[in-house]
Amino acid sequence: MKRSLNPRLIKIAWPLLLLALAVAFPLIFTNPALVNIAVFALIFAGLATSWNIFSGYTGYTALGHTVFFGFGAYTIALISINQHLQGGFGIFLLVPVAGVVAALFAIPVGWVALRTRGHAFVVITLIFVFIFQLLAYNLRGITLGSAGLFLPGPGFGIDWFLLPYYYIGLAILVVALAVSWYIRSSRYGLWLLAIRDDEDRAEGLGVRTGISKLIAFVISAFFVGMVGAMYAYFLGVVYPPYVFDPALSITIVLMAFLGGIGTLSGPIVGAIILESAQQYFNIYAPTGFYQIFLGALFLIVMLLLPQGIVRSLARLWRAWRVRRGAGGSPVAPERQPVVVEKG
Amino acid sequence: MSLLEIHGISKAFGGIRALDDCSLTVEQGSITGLIGPNGSGKTTLFNVITGYERPDAGTVTLRGTDVTNASPSTIFGLGLGRTFQLVRIFPRLTVMENMHIAVQRRGIRALLRRWTAPDERAHAQELLDFVGISHLTDAPAENLSYGQKKLLEFAMILIAEPQVVLLDEPAGGVNPTLAAQLTNRIKTLNQRGITFLIVEHNMQFVMSLCDKVAVMHRGSLLTEGTPDQVRGNPAVLEAYLGD
Amino acid sequence: MPLEFDPVTILDAVLAGILTGTVYALMATGLSLIFGVLDIIDVAQAGYVILAAYLSLVLEQSFHIDLFLGLLITIPLLFLLGIAVEVAFIRPIKRDRTQLSILVTFGIGLVIEGMLGVRFGTTERELDAWYVTQGVKVGNFYIAYVYIFAFILALALIAALFVLLYRTKFGRSVRALMQNRTAAQLIGINVERVSAITFAIGVALTAAGGMAYGATTPFNNNSWYDLITRLFAIIILGGLGSVQGALIGAIIMLVCSDVTAVVWSPIWSSAVFFFALVLLLLFRPQGLFGRLATRKQ
Repeated sequence: MKRSLNPRLIKIAWPLLLLALAVAFPLIFTNPALVNIAVFALIFAGLATSWNIFSGYTGYTALGHTVFFGFGAYTIALISINQHLQGGFGIFLLVPVAGVVAALFAIPVGWVALRTRGHAFVVITLIFVFIFQLLAYNLRGITLGSAGLFLPGPGFGIDWFLLPYYYIGLAILVVALAVSWYIRSSRYGLWLLAIRDDEDRAEGLGVRTGISKLIAFVISAFFVGMVGAMYAYFLGVVYPPYVFDPALSITIVLMAFLGGIGTLSGPIVGAIILESAQQYFNIYAPTGFYQIFLGALFLIVMLLLPQGIVRSLARLWRAWRVRRGAGGSPVAPERQPVVVEKG
Repeated sequence: MSLLEIHGISKAFGGIRALDDCSLTVEQGSITGLIGPNGSGKTTLFNVITGYERPDAGTVTLRGTDVTNASPSTIFGLGLGRTFQLVRIFPRLTVMENMHIAVQRRGIRALLRRWTAPDERAHAQELLDFVGISHLTDAPAENLSYGQKKLLEFAMILIAEPQVVLLDEPAGGVNPTLAAQLTNRIKTLNQRGITFLIVEHNMQFVMSLCDKVAVMHRGSLLTEGTPDQVRGNPAVLEAYLGD
Repeated sequence: MPLEFDPVTILDAVLAGILTGTVYALMATGLSLIFGVLDIIDVAQAGYVILAAYLSLVLEQSFHIDLFLGLLITIPLLFLLGIAVEVAFIRPIKRDRTQLSILVTFGIGLVIEGMLGVRFGTTERELDAWYVTQGVKVGNFYIAYVYIFAFILALALIAALFVLLYRTKFGRSVRALMQNRTAAQLIGINVERVSAITFAIGVALTAAGGMAYGATTPFNNNSWYDLITRLFAIIILGGLGSVQGALIGAIIMLVCSDVTAVVWSPIWSSAVFFFALVLLLLFRPQGLFGRLATRKQ
């Protein structure tokens, strides 16, 4: 098979095409139920991609990222209420602010958590979720506890109510993806991957492991915080168990693993699959079935497909092409540029 | 002032004295061998020198700078590199990516881009060529054979332009041809000014390569001298047989 | 938020803490044992506890079997479940054992949560027996009999565990594995068999923990999240891999929580404990008795 198209052109064309489709999506498919699902899918995809920036690259499985989701949510809620904001587009300006606040909190939290490694790290991050959930419930002076904080109504027109959320969610996802891609193609990204493969060896080769991990943690928290803020405005209310939810943390991890950690498109694929499944189970299945499904999916993915869907498909694709005599290199590198993974 | 000075290093793990008032000097431009029976503390000494272990007592000085409690990354940045007994590279990255990690460049700019200088990649390729694995540049490191991985690890140290290289059993687990090639390469690099400290069990390797040999026994230095002096020393034989 | 320092109530709280702490110790010990031998964190441990609670519920309500007697059924049942889980889901994990095992066991916990939800719904339950509602007065404090019985049971089981570990050949294999997996293999210990049985023992212990938990706290299929966090906090405090650490950590945690509840307020009882844990980790990441994770050379 002769290469008729310039490979460089393909590399750029694919993501742009998908982006164009994503932008056009809610304008073509105007069914609000569908767009609603899409907004949730974007939220999940944003969360999974952000999580990947830290955990996917460094190999430290953080089970507590929902903490920053909560920080972002509470930040936007508290500022809106304190400043007596009236809704509208202006509140979206608080989204990056919420991200910054979450990132600031990530510095001490990350610093404490990163004093541990391996199992202990995973457990500590999970414990942080409970600490902050408890704080959210009990610091009623600030958070109003279980009564919840209500954000001002957005006042968007009824026909296009969902669109601002969709596009803001898309914007956050795109920026997170861009940052993720940029890190991957930089030496800093190699440092993170080296930490994943052999942290102590990396240190002996000049990698500043401590600060590298913390920075990735903070960057990832920034995006998660922004998603949390957007979600809070979307839902209109912030309750402690909604935003400091261990199940959410776990779902994020599953999405990333399902799609393929360390890849760019993996978390998105995982998010779409899981979001659709969750919607289905919410509507059609009684209590408990969703957890069984989630747990079973966990087991299947971890035991049978730990590389994730995207990488496994990529590997099958390469094997198919080699068999077809298309002349792929037999010692093909595992890490492909963006285009193969999106294919 | 010697390039690398180790004074009175002691290190105990629980009740076991791995290093006991151990002292050693490595002169600039030399190839020093470090031999001794199993359990004499050679690898522990390497760990202390490179910052992977903190000694209970004693000092390590590199070109006059005290690096006793410095971190491994600082020590590497000061020009001291080290390979491991059981080779350690980054399996899921490609050979070229492995090389890239060890390049020492300061500043934020160096982190934001993969290659900051136009000749970096060429330099890395040149080193891979020097050790003989340049045909595997884009292969995932885990696909390399054991010997090839050892060469990669060696190249990774070299790209940082170190002043002194510690080799922990470089000839271990490789065939004699490769060991001979390794000897030649070390000699070439030594002529270019790099100092070597080599732990080895392969006596032929040590004797043919090193201009000075230090013998460790039970955590401290037993004796040192030229290869011939050491070879003829009955105490050395005693140490090996006695254990 | 005024602090009330009444020595009598504090003493009662300490007593209560020791009693409940011992039950938590039983469950945490299972976790510690599993970590020490298999090098994994079994998140589903709390799931087995809740499962055991529901099993005791069924035995009590449908078959009118006394809770403690019911243990003769639930303990072997959970033991077999443990073997099945280890062989089917834990053993196949070869690569990235640390990461994957946590996620796999989380998956198991989710499946248990889901199944319990389907079968029993989400209403809160409590185990019932004469010793749950009746108790004895100790000084100013009222202790239901069940706490005392559970305490005795937990002590007995912990003692039995120590006898197993320190006086039997099997126990020696377990301890060898905990210290050095490779060496144990080299001297002929059947690592796979010992691992499976140890895992199953850890799970079987939750049967007793589950019964005690169910008799003293209202529970539903969701309760495992809160429980696993506490168990985690205990083993991190005690130090990963240390069985004595789990014991002492459990007692410390429960005593702290109960004392905080009476001195300050019940709302803050768990929060204080978590804070203390975080503080401890700042200065001593390996916990009280844990092996310090040193750099791999």
